Amino acid sequence: MSRLIAAVAAIVTIGVSLIAQDVTFDRIMHPEKEPQNWLSYSGAVFNQRYSALTQITPANVKNLELQWIWQARSLEKFEATALAVDGVLYTVQGPPAQGSYQVVALDGVTGRPFWTAEYRPGPDAGPCCGRVSRGLAILGDTLYLGTIDAHLLAFDAKTGRVLWNVEAAKAIDKFSITHAPLVLKDKIIVGVAGGDRGIRAFIAAFDAKSGKELWRFHTIPGPGEPGNDTWSGESWKTGGAAVWNSGAYDAEANLVYFGTGNPWPDRDGSVRLGDNLYSDSVVALDPDTGKLKWHYQFTPHDMMDYDSTQVPILADLQWQGRPRKAMLWANRNGVAYVLDRVTGEFLLGRPFVKVNWIDGFDKKGRPQRVAGKEPTPEGELIMPTVLGATNWAPASFSPKTGLFYVSVWENTGTIAVSGGGRGGPQRTVAGTGGTPMGQATLTPNTKKEDEGYGAVRAFDPHTLDKRWEFKMNDITWAGVLTTASDLVFSGGKEGYFFALDARSGDLLWKVALGGQVNSGAMTYAVNGKQYITVTAGNALFAFALRQ
Amino acid sequence: MRDMRSMNAWLLALALGMTGATSLLLAQGSSAAAIADGGRVFQNTCSNCHGPDGNEIPGIDLGRGRFRRPITDQDLIQIIRTGIPGTPMPATNLSEEQASHVVAYLRSVATATPTSSAVGNSARGKAVFDGKGACATCHRVNGLGSRLGPDLSDIGQQRRSVDLERSLVDPDAEVLGTSRFYHVTTKDGVTTTGRLLNLDTFTIQMIDSKERLRSFIKADLKGHGFADTSGMPSYKSTLSAQELADVVSYLALLKGRVTP
Repeated sequence: MSRLIAAVAAIVTIGVSLIAQDVTFDRIMHPEKEPQNWLSYSGAVFNQRYSALTQITPANVKNLELQWIWQARSLEKFEATALAVDGVLYTVQGPPAQGSYQVVALDGVTGRPFWTAEYRPGPDAGPCCGRVSRGLAILGDTLYLGTIDAHLLAFDAKTGRVLWNVEAAKAIDKFSITHAPLVLKDKIIVGVAGGDRGIRAFIAAFDAKSGKELWRFHTIPGPGEPGNDTWSGESWKTGGAAVWNSGAYDAEANLVYFGTGNPWPDRDGSVRLGDNLYSDSVVALDPDTGKLKWHYQFTPHDMMDYDSTQVPILADLQWQGRPRKAMLWANRNGVAYVLDRVTGEFLLGRPFVKVNWIDGFDKKGRPQRVAGKEPTPEGELIMPTVLGATNWAPASFSPKTGLFYVSVWENTGTIAVSGGGRGGPQRTVAGTGGTPMGQATLTPNTKKEDEGYGAVRAFDPHTLDKRWEFKMNDITWAGVLTTASDLVFSGGKEGYFFALDARSGDLLWKVALGGQVNSGAMTYAVNGKQYITVTAGNALFAFALRQ
Repeated sequence: MRDMRSMNAWLLALALGMTGATSLLLAQGSSAAAIADGGRVFQNTCSNCHGPDGNEIPGIDLGRGRFRRPITDQDLIQIIRTGIPGTPMPATNLSEEQASHVVAYLRSVATATPTSSAVGNSARGKAVFDGKGACATCHRVNGLGSRLGPDLSDIGQQRRSVDLERSLVDPDAEVLGTSRFYHVTTKDGVTTTGRLLNLDTFTIQMIDSKERLRSFIKADLKGHGFADTSGMPSYKSTLSAQELADVVSYLALLKGRVTP
């Protein structure tokens, strides 16, 4: 009898555990009820990358120490942010060439794997800029992964077994998926990358249970659709406008938001005359139908590769005396924006680094270009550089401090030369210092400040005034995490991971991790103990306070 | 002279090692139009990762024919088109003709002619390097000389003759990041100058004048910064035009030690 009771008790215990690890959409929508978890790419569908955990404080952060490391097999850039679900961490590392993704479930306390699953993308996979994944999504007990061969996969979160695998698009047609999927009710939303390979991109919703495609929104309008006339000739067919970072969701507005990439060819506008909608834009879609509700284009007729694939950050602000549902966006083009996320109305835009291509906006928020600041036969210095004032690394908003935190690249520019047919030659004169794209391992730096540097900057979203900055010698591909205890965590190409005072920017703690920090940090708690994780090189590191 | 030899060697390789359409393309690819086309394709497709001069990935300098392993033109065309498994080098959608134009462009960059009208003699150049020029005071070649300045054992692969000549007569005109000098002053007033090896937000690594590897914590210093000049003297007035050409000729032959 006692044995039976014990067995029943065990089943109940296991059952409770399973139920606790079942991630409903309601849980995803209310992360404030369970700050010990991190249930979506940026911690919440508002993408603020903000945690209510407060065990680690400005006073004790100096006592952080390493808890465990998980090393991935691939030496690709490790760009994923892990998910934390009731003590279990889920993350993914992109595949090496001719190799497989590693999807892994780790014990959040010890770093020991529960299981590791693999997926080998097809031979046609050819992403332009790295065989990377920026993360997984979870709904119920299912994990979702978008892959560089443009598949969407569902994994059993308890075993790692593949539940279904659908081809979102054909890799041979140069499509890929690199961002963490967005869970929306019973749908999984992904966009496709490949803009620099001449695709016509789209965002699509898939049924979470079956993988069946439910709707598709092309980021470049087809013939007869509004905006198609912003592409000359047949250029809309290969115009890019890719999606390679995760979106945001506002339940009250019932809108889902994604940023889009540059028009293609990226540096030659002569073959795609017009504004090239909806490249370099944010699009607001009806999540039930995929229909466009509004858009805002940050860089019309871009010729500088200013992808607008930053993660949309939603924040509720007091704006000129009344509440406003805002969207914050620090763009690769060097300008930070505040938009009304319900209507798309342009509220404010200001450069957050040195820029020379824009000198203001018209009443509707259309940028006014500086005459002559475009590619010329002789070459024209345009700031920021083609790799941007910031890139894809996720920014953060702290409702506690009310500040907007961004990883930036300062003092960067490109001499842009026109006349190159499908892409004019151009020369980067500053800023990227020998590492145009992110890498996993450390590289020597001997740059001077006027050749470009990285920083974490804090801005007041009401004015976009800079409150403080933390300067680095080298650039950064790291995102930013903020906590309710007024801490900012970030890192950079130099391989440091560090904590700053969220109100002053003062350095409070740092550690050298031996590889470039190429992701946004994340925090979670297990059994009342707060952990901070970040990737560097090909490894995931977890820190907690010394006991 | 070196440039002519390189060009001859390349043409010989074309003649001996390649047949069919590809070699024909490359031979024809030497035309200005093909090279210009290759340059455009390179800047559009390759420079994002390799940099505008093709030298921004450690160990690879496309413009000077420096690769991580021996490579033929046909290898290059193949790599451009299909990528390299296990590395970040992706496949491109370039046609074979386009890829051959890129190779022609890279070869043209590698064989750019020096500005000096004098014809150098490498043997005499070595004598100037070791003697009158006192170059080994700062530089090292095949294990001999100082490590303070950049090691020149394979400078002929890293830099074009025109760059070498400019470095000799106007050393501050362009100082590569790896050749910059830096100074630090400790809180007790001791100043150290050396060649900068690495710099980050918190620390400095350099090799000092006594060839010691030194690392400094910025917070422990009274001051630090880049030196105003490269540390390399100009030989414009101390060497004749012929001597300069001789030294350039000698340096251009330095391609690194060959392992028997």
